[in-house]
Amino acid sequence: MAETLRAAWVIARKDLSIEFRTRSAFFSAVVFALLGLVIFYYAWDPTAVAAIDLAPGVLWVIFTFSGILGLNRSFAVESADHAMDGLLASPVSREAIFIGKAIANLIFVAAVQLIAVPALAVFYNLPLGNIALPLLAIGFLAAVGLVFVGTLFSAMAVNTRLAELLLPMLALPFFVPIVMAAAQATSRLLSGRPISEADAWIKLLLAYDLVFVVACTLAYPFTVED
Amino acid sequence: MRAVSPSADAPLLEAAGLGRSFGARRAVSNVSFSLRAGECLALFGPNGAGKTTLLRVLAGLLKPSTGSARLAGISLPGGAPARSRIGLISHHTMLYDALSARENVSFAARLYGIRDPASVDNALARMSMLDRADTMVRALSRGMQQRVSIARAMVHSPRLVLADEPYSGLDESGARALTSLLREVSLAGTTVIIVTHNLHEGLSLATHAAVMKAGSFVRFDEKSLVDETSYAATYRAAVASNG
Repeated sequence: MAETLRAAWVIARKDLSIEFRTRSAFFSAVVFALLGLVIFYYAWDPTAVAAIDLAPGVLWVIFTFSGILGLNRSFAVESADHAMDGLLASPVSREAIFIGKAIANLIFVAAVQLIAVPALAVFYNLPLGNIALPLLAIGFLAAVGLVFVGTLFSAMAVNTRLAELLLPMLALPFFVPIVMAAAQATSRLLSGRPISEADAWIKLLLAYDLVFVVACTLAYPFTVED
Repeated sequence: MRAVSPSADAPLLEAAGLGRSFGARRAVSNVSFSLRAGECLALFGPNGAGKTTLLRVLAGLLKPSTGSARLAGISLPGGAPARSRIGLISHHTMLYDALSARENVSFAARLYGIRDPASVDNALARMSMLDRADTMVRALSRGMQQRVSIARAMVHSPRLVLADEPYSGLDESGARALTSLLREVSLAGTTVIIVTHNLHEGLSLATHAAVMKAGSFVRFDEKSLVDETSYAATYRAAVASNG
């Protein structure tokens, strides 16, 4: 296990170094998230819907779609000059490759959210001060589920002609429980309700993560073995 | 460097009735051979003969449909223990163009559990790339990228080198460096399989030579028994009949 995690970290560091150099997916995701916020803001009628009711939905929709931009690139960097062959021919386990990719995607999604969440708070004048920590925890749980499922589908879609279309088509139905649970839990927090009211949704996120982290890690080798 | 007497050792690589199909198409069919440590097989054949597929099966990237292959007693694809003994060179560089030459080789080294930076520098130096080690791969010429790719494949001192058209893109000096490297590792006991269309280049390194056509070996000879002229005729006939 320690060897798998060590190899996974080597792969994650490599992916993050490439993203840090090119910043192409990161800038695309941040710009997409901010543009999404602006569009939702101007489409919003504050006399009809309160900011606290709208903001959770906006946050998690933006979180999902900006995350997909990063996930699309995750395995595309490996196909440029058949670098995937180099990974598969090396002695690292297939699970380590998958976990490495997922760790890099998790950091990517978290970095985008570090910009998008404060921007959301500014646009909708949300009091995040008291709920920052629980919101961070919900964001982390949602991100784990999203990146493990998304990374698996990214691996499956990368060798197809319509990879950028196929990934959201495959992954979005699986993201529904994450978005629903995260939005409901966030809504409770923003309304000033006690965190115990969000317990059921947080447990759903936890259960989703437990199931899909294990299932996706075990399923990944089948996407690369012939 | 230790010179290895190939005949003294048991086979390092053995293939018996090896075959690989893609649906109804048989890309490799009934290939059998064995190579000892330090031996080098030059593999020739027209495009589509199955050479690359055979190398991918031996590298553990594809499972054989029929037959079996063993590397140092491990059945292929043999997981991490087998893969850690193999170095794969391809006409695809398998490099990341946003990383430098050193970062690419260092990444490969870490995948093989090698942390010593000297191994990385040594691999780059053997392909005369140390002075360009910190250049981004995208800024290197195709030939230089191929040199880095070779350094990447050799950084862990593999016991079996699978080289699929490794000379593609290399200039004369790069080709000389590669020939010298392959000869050096072969003398040190590494088994090499080299796929090339250049008969002279391949035969100059080889201890064995084979011509492949339609997925099968049509010739497999010890180099000492090969007359380059007659071999060239067989090869040309195989290419011509390929259409």
